[in-house]
Amino acid sequence: MSHVLPLARASTAHQAWRFIRRNPSLVGGGVVLFAAVLLAVAAPCITGDPLTMVPAQRLRPPSPAYLFGTDSFGRDVLARTVHGARISLAVGFLVAISAVACGLAIGLVAGSVRLAGPPLMRLMDALMAIPTILLAVALISLMQASVATVVIAITIPEIPRVVRLVRSIVLVAREQPYVEAAIAGGARWHRLVLRHILPSTIPPLIVQATYICASAILLEATLSFLGAGSPPEIPSWGNMIASSRLYLERAPWTIFYPGAALAVIVLAINIFGDGLRDRLDPRLSRRM
Amino acid sequence: MIAYVLRRIASLVVVMALVAMAVFLLLRLAPGDPTAIIAGDNATPVQIASVRARLGLDDPLPQQFYRWATALLSGDLGVSIFSNTPVAELIGQRIEPTLSLAFATLLFAVPVAVLLGILAAWSAGGVADRLAMAISVAGFSLPGFVVGYFLVYVFAIRLKWLPVQGYTPISQDVASWASHLILPALTLGLAFIALIARMTRTALLDVLAEDYIRTANAKGVSTLSLLLKHALRNAGVPIVTILGIGAAMLIGGVVVTETVFNIPGIGRLVVDAILKRDYPIIQGVILVASGVYVVINLLVDLSYTLIDPRIRS
Repeated sequence: MSHVLPLARASTAHQAWRFIRRNPSLVGGGVVLFAAVLLAVAAPCITGDPLTMVPAQRLRPPSPAYLFGTDSFGRDVLARTVHGARISLAVGFLVAISAVACGLAIGLVAGSVRLAGPPLMRLMDALMAIPTILLAVALISLMQASVATVVIAITIPEIPRVVRLVRSIVLVAREQPYVEAAIAGGARWHRLVLRHILPSTIPPLIVQATYICASAILLEATLSFLGAGSPPEIPSWGNMIASSRLYLERAPWTIFYPGAALAVIVLAINIFGDGLRDRLDPRLSRRM
Repeated sequence: MIAYVLRRIASLVVVMALVAMAVFLLLRLAPGDPTAIIAGDNATPVQIASVRARLGLDDPLPQQFYRWATALLSGDLGVSIFSNTPVAELIGQRIEPTLSLAFATLLFAVPVAVLLGILAAWSAGGVADRLAMAISVAGFSLPGFVVGYFLVYVFAIRLKWLPVQGYTPISQDVASWASHLILPALTLGLAFIALIARMTRTALLDVLAEDYIRTANAKGVSTLSLLLKHALRNAGVPIVTILGIGAAMLIGGVVVTETVFNIPGIGRLVVDAILKRDYPIIQGVILVASGVYVVINLLVDLSYTLIDPRIRS
């Protein structure tokens, strides 16, 4: 047997390479996302202060001193772009977790409790009928501007999509022989739902969570851009672009860098999600 | 068929009633006090109380809802807090730019998206397919305002082919109206194209796997006729369904696009109202937008019977 071992050991690197070859989206998107998280966490250590204003250095083009140039207040665009990742990623992750948790709970009830199903689904229809941006913006206009407000306002419009997904999985699972067997075996409702139905919702929900994370980041940037997002003292890609819109002609870099950062991160998360979907749940079609 | 239409309309009424209730409660149960904003920063408690009484905010909640809902049913969306103009009138003044933008977007985005989807399905797995799907993922990921400023920078500031921003009413100058709409429509259309191209591809691939496609192919039907006549017609239902979902995206995208291009439409109206906390306008626009979305989706459901006679039964 001993002569087999070296062969098996040599194949570990080979296996890793094969995994990368077979899952280019998962690995590529994941690497970019991981790098972005590292940058966001380490932001205060790598760049200067994003809030320092140097009036003498207003609207300077990219140079060795300011790699991404400066904005209309003389603030370092590089520092602001890197710090902007913090709020974007934080909102993205928090919204993904809270929307999936709320949607899972409501969806399990809507799919397995006969009386609760139809009214809950009508309520979800009504929430979905309100355009996402308008609903989020209206929610924010009612509350004090803070990161928590933004997370809540983006989570609520995302919940109905998760509920629909979970309910459809529950409805399919309910007809499966193993669930019927569990019912015949006298399983209680909570045991039936938690032990027999919940597990089949997990893989599609992980995939859905990545898409929700991407769309939450986009929505946070959009809300900040419209002036209804995170408070102005927190640098975010949306409010950077909003405050620089008058300088598009004179200082395009003030808009280009935050815009590119936003596009790259959302693209990476979407591609990562596609890779996850191909591995975890080939049947799930995108955003339906 | 008639029973089906009636059932659909009944569920539309229920959904809209829920939306109205949600919009009403949202603004009444909110922590902040709108009367303090209406009365102004220097208002005394007495002034605030008189504003509350004038707006009927001291009445019990159900009574307030009844008054609001009955006014709503007769088409009264309330009066703007700041300009004292009826909300319905404000929406009427701003509807033309928004409708122009929506039509311009649909006019170019739907054909482009369907063509892109056909091309991708036809060359599934090939270079054209990958390119089309790459465009589609990018369309999902690029935020509207980033695309908008990029287009403005390239086509308006550098090349000077098109105006930077603004809007000309169609009655004033048709050429100027059209040239002001090109960049906004491109901006708004990108995400829409991404969504519909992807759906067209998926729906076509399903149909192309059917037996009758193989039969038609064996008979010697040309590729073009096979794709357009045999396959696309049968892929119609999912494509039209996604058009309904896309309507929601379009309504949301209008808000951003109008801000980027400074177009005085409904989107700007509501964003300005939000910044000033003019609640009646926010309520009115959300209700109208949701109503439009729900009606579009009703029409989409009803159009199935025209596209696919099998559903009629």
